[in-house]
Amino acid sequence: MVATIVFYALAALTVGSSCMVTFSRNIVYSTFALLGAFMGVVGLYVLLAADFVAMVQLLVYVGGILVLTIFAVMLTQGIADVTVSNRAVGLVPALAIVAVAGAVMAYAIERTPWHLAARPTPAPTTYGIGNAFLGDYVLPFEVASLVLLAALIGAIVISRHEARG
Amino acid sequence: MPGAIGLGHFLLLSLVIFSLGMVCVLTRRNAIGILMGIELILNSANINYLAFAFYGGGKYDGQIFAIFVIMLAAAEAVIGLAVVLAIYQNFKTIDVDATETLSG
Repeated sequence: MVATIVFYALAALTVGSSCMVTFSRNIVYSTFALLGAFMGVVGLYVLLAADFVAMVQLLVYVGGILVLTIFAVMLTQGIADVTVSNRAVGLVPALAIVAVAGAVMAYAIERTPWHLAARPTPAPTTYGIGNAFLGDYVLPFEVASLVLLAALIGAIVISRHEARG
Repeated sequence: MPGAIGLGHFLLLSLVIFSLGMVCVLTRRNAIGILMGIELILNSANINYLAFAFYGGGKYDGQIFAIFVIMLAAAEAVIGLAVVLAIYQNFKTIDVDATETLSG
């Protein structure tokens, strides 16, 4: 089945890139591996019949956040030093904590009887999302614009270079 | 379209990505690395939202929540990276263990 193969290919891309993000000692490599993880997630969204969200992910994450992250990495010098990306918590305690939490969650996922509805056929979702944003979700939509404005102004204020002393 | 793929597949994939992001947040001392781990965690949450939206009958609520998460992630990345650059200007490092002025 084609969809299964596509799913496992995308899963391998996403998990492999995420592993490199997490375990690479070089922060520059991690940043570029993040690109692969985001692209794999975009493919998963398409597989889940969410075309609009996939495009938003592509524009905002790959086009915006990733470029911003690369800028920040390049602007802070000495970033490629091995000593900078040393472990804060040891790797073994961190893996132990996450393994326990992950086992609990995997158990919950396997044991829960999910109520599944009939799967929809993939169709353009922009019409429904637009109606929902300007209907039921109009207040969160407006608050989101305020949040973005506040984030914009806050980022300018925080990162402005002030002559100290 | 995804005939043989069940909801559990997507949830388990999301769990793996969440775990990797959590390890990244716990083990990095580099502030930008911690932010990248947070992005991985937010992406895994979004996969869950969209999987539940798809397997729950194709309502738009899950997709709208995912869009809000992406929006908040963008705002968080902007503020977080601005803070990192400000810290770098003041401390000449972005090692989170070295910035201990507020630790009393």
